[in-house]
Amino acid sequence: METQTLEKIIAGHPYFADLESDYTSLLVGCASNVRFEPGRYLWREGEEANQFYLIREGRVAIEMVPPHRKAIVVETIGEGEILGWSWLLPPYTWRFHARAVETTRAIALDGKCLRQKCEQNHDLGYELLKRFAQIINHRLDATRMQLLDVYGKR
Amino acid sequence: MANAETDPMMPQPWVVRRISKETPDTFTLALTPSEGGARSGSGGFRPGQFSMLWVFGVGELPISISGDPADEESLTYTVRSVGPATQALVSREAGQGVGVRGPFGTGWPVEGAAGRDVVVVAGGIGLAPLRPVIYHVLRHRAQFGRLVVLYGARSPRDMLYRKELVSWGRHQDTQVLATVDYGGVSWRGRVGVVTSLFKYLRLQPARTTAMLCGPEIMMRLVARELAARGLAAQDVYLSMERNMKCAVGSCGHCQWGPHFICKDGPIFSYARIAPMLDRYEL
Repeated sequence: METQTLEKIIAGHPYFADLESDYTSLLVGCASNVRFEPGRYLWREGEEANQFYLIREGRVAIEMVPPHRKAIVVETIGEGEILGWSWLLPPYTWRFHARAVETTRAIALDGKCLRQKCEQNHDLGYELLKRFAQIINHRLDATRMQLLDVYGKR
Repeated sequence: MANAETDPMMPQPWVVRRISKETPDTFTLALTPSEGGARSGSGGFRPGQFSMLWVFGVGELPISISGDPADEESLTYTVRSVGPATQALVSREAGQGVGVRGPFGTGWPVEGAAGRDVVVVAGGIGLAPLRPVIYHVLRHRAQFGRLVVLYGARSPRDMLYRKELVSWGRHQDTQVLATVDYGGVSWRGRVGVVTSLFKYLRLQPARTTAMLCGPEIMMRLVARELAARGLAAQDVYLSMERNMKCAVGSCGHCQWGPHFICKDGPIFSYARIAPMLDRYEL
């Protein structure tokens, strides 16, 4: 079985497929392989946000806990998607819980390490911001749709 | 005087044979013509057609047929209780009568989709009018390319036909993806709006026919997403919903621009209605 290098995996990820190879190499310096068993929390709300994940396999639930109620899952993130953007924006704390629903394999990218590289190389920073702005935009659209509760009774 | 069996305005007496609970507020009823009654409407329908169901003394409702088009004995309807008439309908018991007019309206383009991939996108109760398409494609599997079913519901407990969704996904060349807007922590499936499922699709736009049914805003967003992925507007079909009364294009209650939904629809191609979908308050 061929073992893929981190560089190949990142370059093959939908969000980074067209990233210049020099930038991919910079990302690799901050990357590592991780695996989470079902039920394991990747992080909890309020914790310091210092990484994001390229999901290779499995599914992660984004949970919120409304006051005096049970937790609800507001989104799941699966294969080919990116999990987490709080590492990019101050105050660098998670706004929700993230829990593995299935056995999940991912590439973890160290946010602190990347923030330093982005400060040193603004072109890299701009490329990353463009990609994460897209993710945030999609999430905002989806949240608006969910707020409409389109399947509820009229 | 019009023949009761051929007069489309005359409800025929049918009987509830089975009723099953799909979700806390949604039920599926199988009806057959009553003993000795006229059999108008039995013996076939086109997927996508609807009937007018009458609970005598309460009211009449347009309800899409959700059963198997190959079933020539009965007509099946999935009804969500949202008001007095639908509540009366889902409260019927086996053996009780219901008045039936129809079937009415245009159908999904199942013949035109032969030889092509079929993508079905449903939201909430919108899966009911599309279930006959799925039955038809699975029954005539060799005549079609890939079948993809994308289904979005409010929550896991609001999902229709859960066992069938699983069994459909086991057929060859068939992909079924479901998602809910909100999930509890015990839910192991996907959570997100139905458009979030598109990232898992490998579409061949030139050989794909898409059929959409759900809340209008959902269909509008899905149609746009399909267009962005290269599907031609004439290959995307939507089931529209308005206040249908006569079902034969006479009363004007369901008029939508130049169309009567009951007669010209409820199924329209996106090419035909795209400009009207974006028009506010139409």
